[in-house]
Amino acid sequence: MSHDQQHDGGQHPAHLQHHFDTSLQQFEAGKLGMWLFLATEVLLFGGLFCAYSIYRGNHPEIFHYGHQFLDKILGATNTVILLASSLTMALAVRCAQIDRKGRLQLFLALTFLGGFGFMVIKYVEYSHKFHEGLFPGIGFDYEELMRKEEAGRRLRADEANAHGSGGDAEGLPVAEIASAAPRERSEMADAPRGPAGLAAPVVEGGHGDGEEGGHVLPANRPENAHIFFSIYFMMTGLHGIHVLAGMAIIAWLFFRARKGHFGREYFTPVDLGGLYWHLVDLIWIYLFPLLYLIE
Amino acid sequence: MSLSGANPQTAPPPAPGAVGEASNYLSHARGPLSWLFTLDHKRIGVMYLVVILASFLLGGIFAMLVRTELWTPGPTITENATTYNKWFTLHGAVMIFLVIIPGIPAALGNFVLPIMLGAKDVAFPRLNLLSFYLWVTGAVCFLLSLAMGGIDTGWTFYTPYSSKYTPTMVIPALSGAFVLGFSSIFTGLNFIVTIHKLRPPGMTWFRMPLFLWGIYATAVIQVLATPVLGITLLLLIMESTLQVGIFNPDMGGDPVLMQHFFWFYSHPAVYIMILPSMGVVSELISVHSHKHIFGYRFIAWSSIAIAMFSFIVWGHHMFTSTQSGLMNTIFSAITFSVSIPSAIKIFNWLATMYKGAISLTTPMLYALSFIFLFTIGGLTGLFLGTLSTDVHFHDTYFVVAHFHYTMMGSALIGMFGGIHHWWPKITGRLYSEFWGRIACGFVFVGFNITFFTQFVMGSQGMPRRYYNFVEQYTSYHQVSTIGSYIMLVGFVIMGIYLMQSLVNGRRAPANPWGGNSLEWHCTSPPPHDNFASPPQVGDCYDYRGWEYDREIEGYVPRTA
Repeated sequence: MSHDQQHDGGQHPAHLQHHFDTSLQQFEAGKLGMWLFLATEVLLFGGLFCAYSIYRGNHPEIFHYGHQFLDKILGATNTVILLASSLTMALAVRCAQIDRKGRLQLFLALTFLGGFGFMVIKYVEYSHKFHEGLFPGIGFDYEELMRKEEAGRRLRADEANAHGSGGDAEGLPVAEIASAAPRERSEMADAPRGPAGLAAPVVEGGHGDGEEGGHVLPANRPENAHIFFSIYFMMTGLHGIHVLAGMAIIAWLFFRARKGHFGREYFTPVDLGGLYWHLVDLIWIYLFPLLYLIE
Repeated sequence: MSLSGANPQTAPPPAPGAVGEASNYLSHARGPLSWLFTLDHKRIGVMYLVVILASFLLGGIFAMLVRTELWTPGPTITENATTYNKWFTLHGAVMIFLVIIPGIPAALGNFVLPIMLGAKDVAFPRLNLLSFYLWVTGAVCFLLSLAMGGIDTGWTFYTPYSSKYTPTMVIPALSGAFVLGFSSIFTGLNFIVTIHKLRPPGMTWFRMPLFLWGIYATAVIQVLATPVLGITLLLLIMESTLQVGIFNPDMGGDPVLMQHFFWFYSHPAVYIMILPSMGVVSELISVHSHKHIFGYRFIAWSSIAIAMFSFIVWGHHMFTSTQSGLMNTIFSAITFSVSIPSAIKIFNWLATMYKGAISLTTPMLYALSFIFLFTIGGLTGLFLGTLSTDVHFHDTYFVVAHFHYTMMGSALIGMFGGIHHWWPKITGRLYSEFWGRIACGFVFVGFNITFFTQFVMGSQGMPRRYYNFVEQYTSYHQVSTIGSYIMLVGFVIMGIYLMQSLVNGRRAPANPWGGNSLEWHCTSPPPHDNFASPPQVGDCYDYRGWEYDREIEGYVPRTA
């Protein structure tokens, strides 16, 4: 690490780097550096949130449709997990400051587990979507979606016939509904892909997995509905990459803590790592309502 | 520092290869690994200088290809319009991302900043080395893109051409730019923390040399603007690979949104290019006029003002891109006001020179060239910032001439001035002043012939980025091309005498120019540690403590 640890007859502590005069100066420099880095991360995600806002402003129907595919429960669980991991991280910093080395390792490990749990749930969500053919961009499988909608429509039509005439819009033929344009249509030119869907919600026929079972496919699928999923994957994907980076940092801190590098004189890396983790948490706090909750 | 213990400024410089030569950062450790794994800001600065000058050569080759092709109205050296598009794209991308944006901060700033500040190194030396390797990685990505046929989108990567319709492989170039962005961010971050936290006792903000104010303002822009470029490039990569659609009108996306994102970074980026150069000029004008800088606080605050204003004018690149009349007017008005702090600097520099003892050394000639060329560049920016005239000038050679006057005639000229000014300090050698002045003359004359003609051509309607053009512009293009070859001669001469100085140039004294900022208080080249103990901080623009010593061809502390 630093090349100066052996000279100077032990006049300065091992952690003090050669170009700094005092530990305090080094600590303050590190803090300022990390806050500046967090500012750059905010600007990075800020650009993405800006793109989200503008696209949502232009095409609210896509977001209204698409967010119904997201599982609020899983999203909320992830939120709780990250918040809890921020708590354990803050406790880890505190333990480092007061020389509680055992507790420090425990809290770092718990924080890591929180990140791991978050990624597991993300994996579950992503794999479910991929299973359904809901890939970002050109991978999006419209045929699969339309097949499910068709199957669901037929299923409901059968049920309606079995119970007598329902008197609502559910039995309308697909062709008629497809020609009725979705209500909030944008001024943009017609898209070459992504035809509009059924006007009424249909039950997804016989495709239940363990987690989500036979859920209701939303109605009024607008043109270019797949763009919601592209935006969803880009935002949560970039965030997920940052969670993984954070987990790597926490693991590194854990192994350094085991070797006894941190104590009341020197806990800077834990402090700075904590700042980064809190930001990663904060970004999710914004992502969750914007993608999962707002109607 | 000095092995003999003698005052490094009064002892004559030893003959080349003499025993007892003081140990310095170059001789401190030897072998390629000591360079590749160095944490010494001076070595990192030197490595940056080498690769940046190499990139300048590459970008320059593309420039000569473009200018040569434009000798005749029809095909001249290539039959293929796409090839021409690739040449101007790569010229722009290489020059902007690999040369000018990193240029002064990475090559000169890294070397000079800690010494000028009185510190032993930057705040985060390992991050500094990482920044260098990120630059190298970005450059390799660009070279990869070149090997895969190059890109033809223009350095501005407008959608949907760049994301959907271009047959060229943009992903390596976009990735390269992304990585280079992080190099820039980390350098800026490092400099901000260094200036805030590593100033020695007595070095208050308003005692710092103005070069450091310029670097600081640049670093603020680097840290705040570059991440937006980062996300723009990521979104572009997503558009290109996955056809996500947010910039594609066919899918309800907005191509102008990409322009907003792009210019939100790229306008502040041009101030990343010019602010360090202005900082250099502040040093050059004062030192080589042997006169205290005039209006220190005005120049210092103007750097901060330029940095702040730079974030709110990006729309002036998009006057003809369907922005509303109201937005256009607002951007135009703010664009006018951003010229004010720049003009403040020019007047302060002129006032500095007034009644000074001006030495027309090579660095001074570059500084004077800067003042002349930046005045033209800046004033022509006003025509572009005015809505009614911009409608005619947009996408013509008028724009090309304007940005070459500011990016090359000012930013790069300032960089070369700084390279010549600090060359003796960095290398410990003196180059030939005679050939330095000759080369500067070729560059200055060649530059004006090349680009002034383009103002005229552009105002007469010659569009930019056109491979073929109509007969009426032929003589303008030919004059411009001749100018570019004259410039080429200048740069070739420069390359030769700089190389020669490394081989057998005279040893440089500690203070060849008579400057008083801290870097002139240590040997040329500086010792490994910069300062054994925190240095005495005085007024860095007060030159009265030095006198010229003919024997060593440099300045020594005035005795009595």
